[in-house]
This record gives sequence, C-alpha cells and structure tokens, in this order.
Amino acid sequence: MSEPVLAIKNLTVSFPDHLVLNDLSLQLNQGDFLSVVGQNGVGKTTLIRVILRQLAPQHGKIKYHPEFKRMKIGYVPQFRNIDEEYPLSIRDFVGLNLHDSRLPWLSKKERQKLDKIIKQTNLETIQNTPLGDASGGEKQKAYLAQALINDPDLLILDESTASLDNVRKFELLDLVKEFNEHQGVTVLFITHDIELAKDYAHEYLLMRHGNYQSGPIAQFKESDLEEAEHA
Amino acid sequence: MLSFAFMRHAYIAGTMIAIISGIIGVYVIGRNMSFLSHMLSEIGFSGASFGIFMSWPPLNGMLLFTIVSSVLIGQLSSKSSRREASISAISSLFLGSGILFLSLANKNASDATSILFGSMIGISQGEVNQILWLSLAVLVIIFLVYRDLRFDSFDHVGAQVKGVNTQLISIVFLVILALSVSVAAQIVGSLLIFVLLTLPAASAKYFTRTVSGMMVFAIGAALLGVWLGLYLGYVTNWPVSFFIAMIECVIYFTALIWNRVRN
Repeated sequence: MSEPVLAIKNLTVSFPDHLVLNDLSLQLNQGDFLSVVGQNGVGKTTLIRVILRQLAPQHGKIKYHPEFKRMKIGYVPQFRNIDEEYPLSIRDFVGLNLHDSRLPWLSKKERQKLDKIIKQTNLETIQNTPLGDASGGEKQKAYLAQALINDPDLLILDESTASLDNVRKFELLDLVKEFNEHQGVTVLFITHDIELAKDYAHEYLLMRHGNYQSGPIAQFKESDLEEAEHA
Repeated sequence: MLSFAFMRHAYIAGTMIAIISGIIGVYVIGRNMSFLSHMLSEIGFSGASFGIFMSWPPLNGMLLFTIVSSVLIGQLSSKSSRREASISAISSLFLGSGILFLSLANKNASDATSILFGSMIGISQGEVNQILWLSLAVLVIIFLVYRDLRFDSFDHVGAQVKGVNTQLISIVFLVILALSVSVAAQIVGSLLIFVLLTLPAASAKYFTRTVSGMMVFAIGAALLGVWLGLYLGYVTNWPVSFFIAMIECVIYFTALIWNRVRN
C-alpha cells in the first residue's frame, strides 16, 4: 500500500474566540507509530475530533486511503462513562462494537471474532467479570479490545495510559506494539509521557500553539518540549 | 377466572406490556433515563386528561402528548445536565395542563384515579387490539435499530467513534419510550409506570451480565408481576397496580440484598 493511510494538509480549525490548529500538515503511512506530544490546550483533542469526523475544519484537507471506503478507526480514550454499577461483562462490552449484521444476536463469524480479540488481548480469564468491577488496567484493555475488534486501519490512543501505573502502562503498550508490528495497524498515540513515547513510537509530532515539529522519535529532544512549555 | 372476557383482555394486554417494558427498561437503565421515564408518565397523565376533555380515548391523548414531548425533550438538548432541567420544565407545564383539562371536562375523581393508577379490569377488546399494535410497532422499531441502540445506550463514546448517528438514535428511543409509557400506563396507571419500566431492568443488572440476559430477566420479572398481580387482584378485589408494585419492589430489594451479600 503505497498511498498514506491518512494525509492531512494545511489544517486550520478555529473557535469563535481563538485559533486552535493553524496550518497543520501530517502524514501517516501503514504501520507507523506516531506519538503526539504537547501541553494542554494546543489542539491535540481537536485534531482527534477532526480525524474522527466529529468536527469539520475551516481550511485544509484530510485524505483517507482510497482503499478504505469508510476508514475503520479504533479509539481508546483515557476515561469513559463506566462506573462501578456498569452492568455488562467485559466480553459483552467488547462485543458492542460488532456490526457485521443487524440482527440482535451475534453470528458465528462475530462470535469467532470476539473470541479471537479476547484471547489476543489476554482477557480470557476475566471476560465474564463485570466491567464496572474491573481495575483501571483491565478496563483499558477492554477498551483496546473493543477498538481492535474490527481490525481498524488506524488506532488512536488518547492519553489511554495516563491513569495507569507503570506495569499496566507497559502491559497495554506491549499489546498495541504487537498489533502494530504483526498486523500493520497504524497507531496515533497522544501522551504526556515522553519516556513511554520513546520506548514505543517511531515518530513524533510536537504540537505548540500554532506551530508544529515532527521527525523520528530518536531525534526528539526534551529541550524542545521544555521550550514549548515555556512558550 | 379466564372465562371472563375482561380477565382475558387483561392478561393479553398485560403480557404484551410486560414484554415491551422489560426490553425498553434495559435501555432506560443503560441510558440513565429513569428520571425521564418518570416524567413522561406525568406527561401521559396530562395527555389522558386532554383525551377525556376532547372526548377521545385517553390512550390517544396520552400517545399524542408523550410523543410530542419526547421529541421536544430530545431537540431541546442532548446534554444530560440541561436535559434534566428541560424535562422538569416541560413536565410541570404538562402536569398543570392535565389538571386543567380534567377540570374543564367536568369529570369526577374516579377518572383521575383510573388514569393515575390504571384500570386494568375495564380494558375492552378494541383497547387490547390497540395495545397489541402499539407493542408490535415498538418491537419492530427495536429490531431495526437494535445494535446501534444497544451500542449508544451502553457505550456512548464508542458508538460516536463508530459513526452511529447518536442524535437520531436518541430521538428514536424517546419516541419508543413514549409509546411504551402510554401502553404501560393502561395497566399500572401513569403514576406507577416506573414499576414496570424501570424496576425489572434495574433488578436484572444484578443477576446477569449481558444486554440480552438483562432483557430476558426483566421480561420474566415484569411478567411475574403482571400475571400474579392480576390473579391476586381478581381473588382479593384489591387494586392490581398495588400487587404489581409490591411484587416488583420485592424483586428489586431482593436483587439489592443479593448484590450486597455477593460482594
């Protein structure tokens, strides 16, 4: 696949009182693992909303890969509206994203897909646990499994590791890395954790108010981020 | 007991009402809309009063008011904080109007009582047919939007990312909720709709872990309440709504105790 999975050109988004994204260009090829870093308020969430087609840009173009009639995007947020009273099991929650058929019950093919993703994300032993009772790390794994169940072309992790301890962070990202390396899933990882980004990402995009810097993650300098924070 | 036509009507209507209440109730719980279903029942009271004032069957007035107000509520705001304020304002308006319509219609207290607490024993064959058609319509709509509605109700964020038209699903759900409220009011009355539309599903979430499992449990709990309630009402001549409310409350409190013991 020679064409990029996603190409954004000269993207500008402004709200009535301020400019959020200014002339941002970005290209993601299949198998890329891009880490997006930058302080709060520089437009990271706005960028995600544009990619998810929840927000229309004022200027600029977004081109999805022509092979994807309707590009499949998996999204794993930091938080979801899941409290301790949430009734569904992890398995049922993951299966909510199955839409191969419109019938109320799952087809054999869908059940196989569900079994496969539960196994791949190491959720087999806790699949019948209510999601409301699951730990933070288990919840994030369930969100990841739901996002990956339809073999997405692009996986967006939106601060997904922010509320996890170190062990759980690495566990989750090891899983993501497997899907990235073995199945060619393109990953866009938004994080404040530079060390984590350096361990897993291939490229970075540093977002500042109105200007952007990108390159291979090996060339990322902490001083650039400090400059951005003091700008 | 079933040799009497009025009891046969009551059982047929009650069975359909229990089935759709069990299904819709699971979505009410998933969407945290117990408050809204309670408010729609008050709006239903106003609609039934309007129906009496216009010399229509009360169910028709109820359908008109609940459907119009549910669409209004859906349009006013999809944000839950503002939605609750909108619901309170709209329901106050309708409840006040209901009292006015009853007063203008010069009807006595027994009409108000039967709207508020149900009059299961007086259901005619024509009303049974209407309930059957409305229940069928609710079931067909749910069948058509089942997966999107399930996704949006139990994971709004995931449904939005998937590209589900959550605004449209929300309005469709409010309309079928309005239909269900109007139908369920025929048996337990508008004040006790909560009993069939929320309690069985709220109990179900402590016993099962899947949407379909919750629906089966909620339908079973609603059927038990309606069937046993009708029988006890027939035997004792006490109000059927009272028995249904008691049975559903016993199931709900048993579920709460079971959950506490298990944890």
